[in-house]
Amino acid sequence: MIEQALANPWIRQLANAALLLAVINLGVLVLIYMERKVAGFIQSRLGPVHVGPRGWLQSVADALKLILKEDIIPAPADRFLFVLAPFFVFVPVLAVFLVLPFNAGWVAHDFSLAALYVIAAGTVAIMGIVMAGWGTNNKYSLLGGLRSAAQLVSYEIPVVLAILAVVFYAQSMSLVDIAEAQRGFGWFIFHPPLLVAAFVYMIGQLAETNRTPFDLPEAESELVSGFHTEYSGIRFAMFFLAEFANTFFAAALAVVLFFGGWDGLPGLTGALWLVAKSYVLVFVLMWIRWTLPRVRVDQLLGFAWKVLVPIGLIVVLWAAASVVYAGGAKP
Amino acid sequence: MGGYTGLLILAILAAVIAVAMVSLSWLLGPKSPTRYKASPYECGVTPVGDARERFPIKFYLVAMLFILFDIEVVFLWSWMTVFREAETSFKIFSFFEVVIYMTTWIVGYLYAVKVNAMDWDESTLLSQDEDSEGRPALEGVA
Repeated sequence: MIEQALANPWIRQLANAALLLAVINLGVLVLIYMERKVAGFIQSRLGPVHVGPRGWLQSVADALKLILKEDIIPAPADRFLFVLAPFFVFVPVLAVFLVLPFNAGWVAHDFSLAALYVIAAGTVAIMGIVMAGWGTNNKYSLLGGLRSAAQLVSYEIPVVLAILAVVFYAQSMSLVDIAEAQRGFGWFIFHPPLLVAAFVYMIGQLAETNRTPFDLPEAESELVSGFHTEYSGIRFAMFFLAEFANTFFAAALAVVLFFGGWDGLPGLTGALWLVAKSYVLVFVLMWIRWTLPRVRVDQLLGFAWKVLVPIGLIVVLWAAASVVYAGGAKP
Repeated sequence: MGGYTGLLILAILAAVIAVAMVSLSWLLGPKSPTRYKASPYECGVTPVGDARERFPIKFYLVAMLFILFDIEVVFLWSWMTVFREAETSFKIFSFFEVVIYMTTWIVGYLYAVKVNAMDWDESTLLSQDEDSEGRPALEGVA
């Protein structure tokens, strides 16, 4: 019965999508708990301890609380943009997970332009943030939205260049092919040009996910959360979920691009390796967040344009040269 | 069954979940709007004027730079995807084409650096000793 239903491609796709969304949302709840615990321990406190054993039900309690809150739309806001903005941030962030390969054959949908699709879908979220900043009609939100747009587009170019170097090594834009090319510990991180590309990518993604030291769009001490100052309750939760899903995706994509995807020691299934490696990278991102202070706007944009873009360009040419003259990752 | 239906189904499902969350909140949440709740947040004081005023033109400049450089980078993708497994004649020909193309990229980049398109508002830099009119940068602050 179930097999018959799954033979229908539409039902199969729907089942894939539902499973993927369930996994993402569960993973995000775990991440939120992890972030609060990591923040707690880095600041010599315990983090959540009351709800559930060691506080691990805290995220669930928060989600329920946010659903039960009053839905407030400020009077001067543009209601259409205000209501639509969280969707524009939430939906593309979940949609990029479509092409993430969890294991050999475990990908919801693999298409040949996956790497380009990931970047394109990520860019749609910028529109949502600008809509939120403009539509709210609040001075903090407007500044936060504009800063966010400037920051996200600036750091996108280094990230695109870093992914491009990987694409040249793998000779494919499909994330499945990129991960396959690294099987048996032929991880791309071990190639010098791609080691530099990995650094460029991670710094760029720190900025793309709005995390400290690049959290100027939110900057709670000056802009009071920036583009989502006026968002409360479930609409705020959508921005929050999207941010964490985006952080996880940035780490998982780094694992696929540079750290061998599902490749690991035999004995455990590949998906566990991929998730474990992603969580290690997410931990590094959290560690950075709770350690470093925030940079200034001029430092932020100057660093993107004057440091990361030239380095990214050199990395692309270096990767190209080393692939052509030394044979690259595979014959 | 086209190649992109999976994407469509996932996006629709994600949107349905989002709509369901908002509707659930609308059903369960309290509704007692007041004038003060609906006023824009400005640290607790009465809001002054409208938020939609002029904002620095630098933001437009960053967006323009992004469009220029991003489009130029996108052209490299297709070339780099097929380059290694291509025939030698194509490799040599396309290589020199891309070199010429990248030269325009780099010239444009150097020009943008030279005209300070990538510097944020220089007059706000605290590290500068003087502003454009020769006064100490922080005069009047203390």
